[in-house]
Amino acid sequence: MSTQTSFVTPVAPLKPYASTAGAAVSSLSRREARERPRAIASPKDFRTEPGPVRFVIVALAVSFLTIFVVLPLVVVFASALSKGFGAYFAALAEPEALSAIRLTLMVAAISVGLNLLFGVIAAWAIAKFDFPGKTFLVTLIDLPFSVSPVISGLVFVLLFGAQGYWGTWLQAHNIHILFAVPGIALATIFVTFPFVARSLIPLMQEQGTQEEEAAISLGASGLQTFFRVTLPNIKWGLLYGVLLCNARAMGEFGAVSVVSGHIRGETNTMPLLVEILYNEYQFVASFAIASLLAMLALITLVVKTVLERRLDDEGQIPRNDSSDH
Amino acid sequence: MIRRILPLVAGLLWASSAFAADYTLLNVSYDPTRELYADFNKAFAAAYQKENGKSVEIKQSHGGSGSQARAVIDGLQADVVTLALAYDIDAIAAKGLVAPDWQKRLSQNASPYTSTIVFLVRKGNPKAIKDWDDLIKPGVQVITPNPKTSGGARWNYLAAWGFAEKKFGSPDKAKKFVADLFKNVPVLDTGARGSTVTFVERDVGDVLLAWENEAFLAQREFGKGKFEIVAPPSSILAEPPISVVDKVADKKGTRAVAEAYLKYWYTKEGQEIATRNSYRPRDAEIAKEHEKSFAKVELFTIDDVFGGWTKAQKDHFGEGGIFDQIYKN
Repeated sequence: MSTQTSFVTPVAPLKPYASTAGAAVSSLSRREARERPRAIASPKDFRTEPGPVRFVIVALAVSFLTIFVVLPLVVVFASALSKGFGAYFAALAEPEALSAIRLTLMVAAISVGLNLLFGVIAAWAIAKFDFPGKTFLVTLIDLPFSVSPVISGLVFVLLFGAQGYWGTWLQAHNIHILFAVPGIALATIFVTFPFVARSLIPLMQEQGTQEEEAAISLGASGLQTFFRVTLPNIKWGLLYGVLLCNARAMGEFGAVSVVSGHIRGETNTMPLLVEILYNEYQFVASFAIASLLAMLALITLVVKTVLERRLDDEGQIPRNDSSDH
Repeated sequence: MIRRILPLVAGLLWASSAFAADYTLLNVSYDPTRELYADFNKAFAAAYQKENGKSVEIKQSHGGSGSQARAVIDGLQADVVTLALAYDIDAIAAKGLVAPDWQKRLSQNASPYTSTIVFLVRKGNPKAIKDWDDLIKPGVQVITPNPKTSGGARWNYLAAWGFAEKKFGSPDKAKKFVADLFKNVPVLDTGARGSTVTFVERDVGDVLLAWENEAFLAQREFGKGKFEIVAPPSSILAEPPISVVDKVADKKGTRAVAEAYLKYWYTKEGQEIATRNSYRPRDAEIAKEHEKSFAKVELFTIDDVFGGWTKAQKDHFGEGGIFDQIYKN
């Protein structure tokens, strides 16, 4: 990364992504700027509390993590394997389980693909251009985060349901959206929409438009500028957004539950199947599917850490933390 | 290595059912019938194949009876519905998807199998629960789902009410009795299976009000030693009804096979399957044969005591109905 952007005051960051974006920019290179607070924050300097107090605080934190994060994970895997590996793999090879895995992968592929496209376009428009109603658009992008997933699902029932706005027309033309794959995909796209855009907007804003302006003044077309300049600059941030988007797409329960119709072997995704099997007293099978989702979470975590390190090295740090949703 | 395994896994995942049946039916049902219909569908498909030479695949959807009815109204393409109470099919009929006279089209109120509400207690029955009035004793914790959201819970509620009205002689006293009963309920789950899991798995409560078939199933799944079924001297006759969804079946051209499917319930084989899954059969002969499997309970019907589902629903479970009044206090 060049240092030229450091001299530019970036566009004032939008509210949700607040503060630090501007703060890091000074006459120092970005790298130095980032390392300085770290040096100050070295743990040694803060050891002002007496030993026992420190011990109690650390013990509290560790036991909290154990109870709320480690223990449930252990329970999932222990229950899944409680009748041995044979039963575990047999449960995963059930046609219903395979169909749920298939559906989940398909829906994730569709929604991640489309969100990638729309997310990049939205972030690009918002970060690099000024137009009236921009703030409103940003708020709109965040909307799915603030709406309960069940409501997100119900919205689609109201639109596409047989009693909904377009229901009669859809029924007459024999088009099935609700209680079929399109409805599940739509609901998933809706709830996962903000991830890509939110990871990119602050990053692109910080990068400013100078490099693009340079490219265009040298004769590059709009698309060339995007693929040769903008995209390489945001690739890690983009991957980061895609990763989170994918994790949520595969794990979504509430919205999908409303629009699924729960047809066995057809419209049950993995999270839905976990609940169904649990209610059928098939605990091993239920936790076997749950363990796949848990593994997805673990893999996501590892990849996320790797990506964050990359972003850090290249100065592409998403300022927001969408992972808390 | 991974390159070799990946296509294999992908192939396995995508090798969807190459087998396509001549007919596909979607049966939208309520929660506790999963095992019942798994059994019944297999038997029907075999019988139909033998008789007509055509294969039938039956897909199932299960959930709370009310929300399943809602899904059918919203466009879930069910050829047949097999729900927990007639009121839910009435709701579908009100939207014109099912003929208004649906309950007359099949015999026995269109309920080929029935059940009743019994008590599931812990081993040895430590709280000595024998009849409905034992449930309002202080210190007895009763587990039942929320009648606002669960069809099964409405049967529980109405069974308690029917008992009290008969024993104490007036609706006011029945209301007091049911209010006292719900004071003993520590958790109101949203569905019947949720309540069963609360009682059986989470070890909450002294007695679970349950459909007889659910009580037997819980006992089978978790070992006979841990729970006992207590049948009260009197209870309600729970009649889960079935119907073809006319609009969907006609559009899909599946009416004939859908009707054959439902009629199969009234055959000896169908009645045997119901019995095997701890539902009470309608067929007198089969009932006699399995007399010993079911406790003798004096059964009253919803039509006798409450004047049918529509009225019961309005009086008891509607907005501001008796259940709302009870639960507010």
